[in-house]
Amino acid sequence: MSAPILWIVLPLALSFFLLFVPDERWVGWLGGLTALTLAALALFFPTDSAQLVLDLFSVRIDSTLTLLGRQIQLTPADQLILVLAYGIGAFWFLGALTVGSARRVVPLGLAIVALLVASLAVKLFLYAAPLLEMAVLLSLPMLAAAGESAGRGVARFWVYQSLALPFILLAGFLLSGIEAGPRDFALVAPAALLLGLGFAFLLSVFPLYAWIPMLAEEAPPYVMGFLLTVLPTFHLLFGLNFVDRYAWMRESPQFFLIIRLVGLMTLVSAGVFAMFQRHLGRMLGYFVAAEIGLSLVALSLSNHITSLQLIFGLIMPRTLALGMWALSLAVLNNATGTLSLPALKGLARRYPLAAAGTIFSMLSLSGVPLLAGFPLRQSLWEALAAESPAAALWLGISSLGLWVASLRALAVLVLAAEMPWASAENFSQRALIGLGILSLFLIGIFPQWVNPLLVNLPGMFERFGK
Amino acid sequence: MLEIFSWLAVLLALVASGGLLLARDWRWQVVWAAAQYLAVFTLTLNHWPLSMAAATLVSGWMAAAMLGISRPPAQSERSDSGRLFQGIIAAVVLLAVTVAAFSLSDWLGSAGFPLALGALILVGLGLLQLGMTSHPGRITWGLLTTLAGFETLFSALENSILVAVLLSAVTLGLALAGAYLLQSAPEQV
Repeated sequence: MSAPILWIVLPLALSFFLLFVPDERWVGWLGGLTALTLAALALFFPTDSAQLVLDLFSVRIDSTLTLLGRQIQLTPADQLILVLAYGIGAFWFLGALTVGSARRVVPLGLAIVALLVASLAVKLFLYAAPLLEMAVLLSLPMLAAAGESAGRGVARFWVYQSLALPFILLAGFLLSGIEAGPRDFALVAPAALLLGLGFAFLLSVFPLYAWIPMLAEEAPPYVMGFLLTVLPTFHLLFGLNFVDRYAWMRESPQFFLIIRLVGLMTLVSAGVFAMFQRHLGRMLGYFVAAEIGLSLVALSLSNHITSLQLIFGLIMPRTLALGMWALSLAVLNNATGTLSLPALKGLARRYPLAAAGTIFSMLSLSGVPLLAGFPLRQSLWEALAAESPAAALWLGISSLGLWVASLRALAVLVLAAEMPWASAENFSQRALIGLGILSLFLIGIFPQWVNPLLVNLPGMFERFGK
Repeated sequence: MLEIFSWLAVLLALVASGGLLLARDWRWQVVWAAAQYLAVFTLTLNHWPLSMAAATLVSGWMAAAMLGISRPPAQSERSDSGRLFQGIIAAVVLLAVTVAAFSLSDWLGSAGFPLALGALILVGLGLLQLGMTSHPGRITWGLLTTLAGFETLFSALENSILVAVLLSAVTLGLALAGAYLLQSAPEQV
């Protein structure tokens, strides 16, 4: 069997099948366990090498599939991406069961993950952009279920993400010309401009991230959390592929200066705006925008191996914190029908675990010590300060903004109300949020546990990671 | 002779995308979209083989039909002054794209001025449509128009079958998503 069939075609087919499964629990379990199995297969069966199973038989997964004359390849270097993609998928799909969102998240979510993996597997970037657009189109029914009207946030999400497609397509074509020979080196400037525009839309950097808080206010928290975790992560990986491939990009100091500037603008503006929000969903949106900025700042470091380790290292704590936050918000939203701060006053007394999940996730994403987000933020801050103290100061200002937003949310949630303490969450919600909070602390205290996943990074980006 | 057809296609693209921008009745919108894809077909035929250009035409028509079948809710009429404002802005956009088309055709070399102008008209009026609304129907038409413009431009640069197939799939996907969102859209344009 070839790897693209196993990790792209199979999940796509299963996602279609899941649309017709009547029982929501079956949808959640089937989707979650499939994603978990695919992540485990990626971890234990690298492509193009025979593996002995229980000393009985050997299994070999070919890395390449040829489609319409083009190659779709999942090489051993892509192992980490596959583990991350389907690991993240399993985490969200199984979590969806506890808030009753499995039918909405799992079938289309599995297809989205498969399409995003396909976008990284096609060997010409030209073909990746339409696949990313298809993933965006599939997310629309998740955001506005049948009978629900699509708000302005959904509309902006659709437009902004779709506009990235033509720019990246044209840039991809021009870049293939540059790759063909130095004769076409004059194409670098227009290609860089088009690529910059495409990625500005795709990654939603400042000021194009306006749709994120709008969407976060309108859409169901769990669905929005899933999309805001998966899409920016893959878009960033897609961008890293470009940087890895083109020497003029990875060897240009100006390029990394621009990336740092854009990243800091996104990070600082999101941190400052987050402080003034009166809606927990919008706050989540700004925290996500800040995370995008943080990854860009990590990319701008002069030591590229450190850059890669930070970018990939940030994925797991971010996924965990956003997952916990979205789950907690879904519980609170089911209780009150809204996530605006005035409506959530004192809710920690009725939903202590959901409130704790929200606050600890926010604090983790703010980089508060002992929580999962701290060790890598600290490393990034240190590396950035060595290169540019001013940039490190701006990073500090952004963290302060996020921290103040977290404390505001905490103050509102625990505001004295005349009601006794009780836990209204159900057992599975309590178990999952409790486990999540524990994991946030464990990864914060023992960050080295994530390291084994990062060992293969230089192999994935062999030129950029040198 | 082919040059004349190209210029006719540019004129058609201008009229159709302008009509799509100003039309309020969904029937007219479908008609203008169909005409717009006919213009795209004619322009791409300069660089793509008939089969590939025809795939663009067919997928565009299918997208228009899909949006027509979805029966958008009745749209309220906007005042004449609103239309006038849109018309004036469209004229400004057309002026800008005409100037830009000269540089673009120089830069693209073999593409030719009519193709560059036609493509930029579609991109410009599509973006204008996107900037003026948050209604799913309008957004779908705007995105389809913008993408059609880029597709026209792209035909001069790349003649890969797989890219054409993927772009057609995206066109149909956009129409499908638009039709889905239209089912529950509010009645305001």
